[in-house]
Amino acid sequence: MTVASAFDRAPALDEPPVLPRSLDDRTITDLVCAPLMRPAGKRWWIAFVVCSAGTLATVYGVFTLFNVGIGIFGYNTAAVWGFPIANYVWWIGLGNAGTLISSLLVLTRQSWRATISRFAEAMTLFAVSIAGLFPIFHLGRPLYFYWLFPYPDTMQLWPQWRSALVWDFWAILSYLIFSIVFWYVGVLPDLASVRDRSHGTWQKIYGIFALGWRGSARHWRHYHRLQLTLAALATPLVCSVHSIVGLDFAASLMPGWREPIFPPYFVVGAMYSGFALVVLLAATISRALGLQALITMRHFEAMAKIILMSSIVMGLSYLSEYFAAWYAGNPDDRSLVAYEFTGAYSRIYAAMLFCNVVAPQILWLPSMRRSLAVIILVSFAVLAGMWLERILIVWNTLSHTFTPSMDRVFFPTAWDYLFLFGPMFFFSWMFLLFCRLVPVVPMFEAKEVRHQEART
Amino acid sequence: MSAASDRLTIAEFAAPAALEDATRRVRDAGFRPLDALTPWPVEGIEEPLGVEQSPIRWPMLIAAVGVAAFAYALEAWSAILAYPIESGGRPLHSWPVFLLVPFEVGVLAAGLAGFIALLVLCGLPRLNHPLFDWEAIERATDDRYFLLVAAPHREDEERRLRSVLSDLKPLRVRDMPA
Repeated sequence: MTVASAFDRAPALDEPPVLPRSLDDRTITDLVCAPLMRPAGKRWWIAFVVCSAGTLATVYGVFTLFNVGIGIFGYNTAAVWGFPIANYVWWIGLGNAGTLISSLLVLTRQSWRATISRFAEAMTLFAVSIAGLFPIFHLGRPLYFYWLFPYPDTMQLWPQWRSALVWDFWAILSYLIFSIVFWYVGVLPDLASVRDRSHGTWQKIYGIFALGWRGSARHWRHYHRLQLTLAALATPLVCSVHSIVGLDFAASLMPGWREPIFPPYFVVGAMYSGFALVVLLAATISRALGLQALITMRHFEAMAKIILMSSIVMGLSYLSEYFAAWYAGNPDDRSLVAYEFTGAYSRIYAAMLFCNVVAPQILWLPSMRRSLAVIILVSFAVLAGMWLERILIVWNTLSHTFTPSMDRVFFPTAWDYLFLFGPMFFFSWMFLLFCRLVPVVPMFEAKEVRHQEART
Repeated sequence: MSAASDRLTIAEFAAPAALEDATRRVRDAGFRPLDALTPWPVEGIEEPLGVEQSPIRWPMLIAAVGVAAFAYALEAWSAILAYPIESGGRPLHSWPVFLLVPFEVGVLAAGLAGFIALLVLCGLPRLNHPLFDWEAIERATDDRYFLLVAAPHREDEERRLRSVLSDLKPLRVRDMPA
């Protein structure tokens, strides 16, 4: 019994099986291992070269940033936060979906999640690693980032434990390392499968990473309990991490940055954009690696429902923000809402509302939920919309000050855009390597799901 | 009923149900099924193998509580004694916000402790193992299900074990040093 089955419910009679009946153990291993065994195709190399170029451009951007300073970004006297903070929140949010798929969906007995969990977790690792860099990019003196760490320094200073930025540091650090452990534990039996199929040097390399796993029943017992416990721990962890990111904007004094609803609203937003990215990755991976048998339309339909549900929660969160501003009667809060709809960024705000609240409503129609093209388009809209939301939370509050003469609008520079798009290439670069080196679908969980479905 | 474990008899099966059945029958015939190698965790064999609940949550709990307590103590000590900052009349011991960091690092400690405990409890990493000498074992991580029984010392018992196993229609049976 693994995580996939731990809380399994009996499937409804009319529910189609998650995995096709024709799959047996061998076919699953063959399908999943095949991309690791064959030489990379032309399309992979083209993608790899493009992503490597984008990654190098990003490295150049980071070099320039550290060399010249944060003046290369479009900051001004009012808008002192910009793209790096929005990118940070956005990437962290993307990261959360991977953990939610492996933890929350386990606890809510969704057996369909098994085959998409591995690459969703990899997505988490890469996204959180990228996210963790942005606060450092945003620092005026990035070389002192380690001052957040409590250590007995010669100045006898200690971190300010009441600061949201210190909470951030610990939340990201814990989340990143915990995700690596969770992911590695999940991948261990599959690395053994690859070890037993490969030859020569590769067998040795996979052998080292598989740690000698041999599928002993006595080992599975510890393994299963560990995986289940980690999943149970990951759920509150992932919620706390994004809540803490939300607290950066909730525990402040500025209008728009003192909203108690932010922690839960950030968690939902994270799940929302994260699932959108999982949809895009699932569509790409299942086609590129020929895994349509394991990642079926049923997966996309289930994810479409989650996206639809999240869009409704997002809409309600926006409404509660307006309501709170109106009901509390504070002129500063009210004028902020007016600024959102009529100020300098009102068109971006309208685009954000369209992407996050209006566009996903098409998924109410079952026929649209079964069209991969529609789901992919909606996912792009959600990813764009969620990034716009993050940047608007920063801009609307900072550009709209208590003294109208001090208001300044943010104009992004080319460097801002490099730091927005460059990391996407880096992310894809890591993902391309991941697809070639690690089984992208948890084979042992797929086998277990298959056997359980065969029994019912 | 000798229970020598210096030699193993290993039977290979093609389906998890056959393995479950075999484990039960071998045990009921009075032999000692020691372990099984399976591509995924087969639930039904845990009871006849005598596999008990894993204690892995204890080290996780201890690590989590220990590290969280340490983090809280560090926060409290540094904020109250080592470097007190009077800020807007806030109490130096701001316990509600001091709970966030202990929670995060406590969960992290539980994860790390769980991983280390898994390695210790399973005796891993152990890159080579006598079982790997049999090439067929490679399919234990693919699509085959192996039952490991302690081979009896007496010859008649050994013949009896062979006959019990062959009734179960295994793909292959062989002896190996444990």
